[in-house]
Amino acid sequence: MAVSVQQADFHIDQVLDELAAGRRDVGAVAVFIGKVRDINSGDDVSTLTLEHYPGMTEKSIEKIVTEAEQRWALMDSTVIHRVGELQPTDNIVLVAVASAHRGDAFQACEFIMDYLKTRAPFWKKEQTADGERWVEARNSDKKAAQRW
Amino acid sequence: MKLQILYFASLREQLGRDRESLVVEDPVNTLQDLMAQLASRGDAWRAVMSDNPNLLAAINQETAQADAPLNDGDEVAFFPPVTGG
Repeated sequence: MAVSVQQADFHIDQVLDELAAGRRDVGAVAVFIGKVRDINSGDDVSTLTLEHYPGMTEKSIEKIVTEAEQRWALMDSTVIHRVGELQPTDNIVLVAVASAHRGDAFQACEFIMDYLKTRAPFWKKEQTADGERWVEARNSDKKAAQRW
Repeated sequence: MKLQILYFASLREQLGRDRESLVVEDPVNTLQDLMAQLASRGDAWRAVMSDNPNLLAAINQETAQADAPLNDGDEVAFFPPVTGG
């Protein structure tokens, strides 16, 4: 398992090279990347600022990945979440999961994202033409996490 | 009992601080007791600590409920619902 909260962008090639490196029994890798959209709740977003709780954020992501490892047969997982100021088209989050079969990889990847969105302490603030505002938690994210 | 208290995101802005060291005396034994004491500081504090169904808290970086006990040296954090990902 590799978990990182960082300001810098990530490089998918490097992540995939390091995921379950050296193992010859990996049959499936599922990857999710979340990106900054230029529109949210009907307004143009120019900058997104992400804040976290150093220490608790990393621990809570590790806990989520550990839970995924208990539910599915995973060979390795990487979660990278960016913080600081981001612009539209920038990457925000990456989840990569390696397994023997695609079913486990797909499901674990989605589970990790759904749980991360509702449990890991990150907060987004948007800058729009009308000023800045804190993004509100969505009910649809809560429902997505309750499926599992 | 000495506590480190952290405030994040919109709460940090509403309360005008990101952290403080606080020495509390009895009868502050639980998170709920601490919230009641902080709420008595004024309007902004009451709005965050007592009239706020969205308030979340953690003790020593673990999510905590209002009835959780507090101990000397604990790190207590208050924050709004999370919006990462």
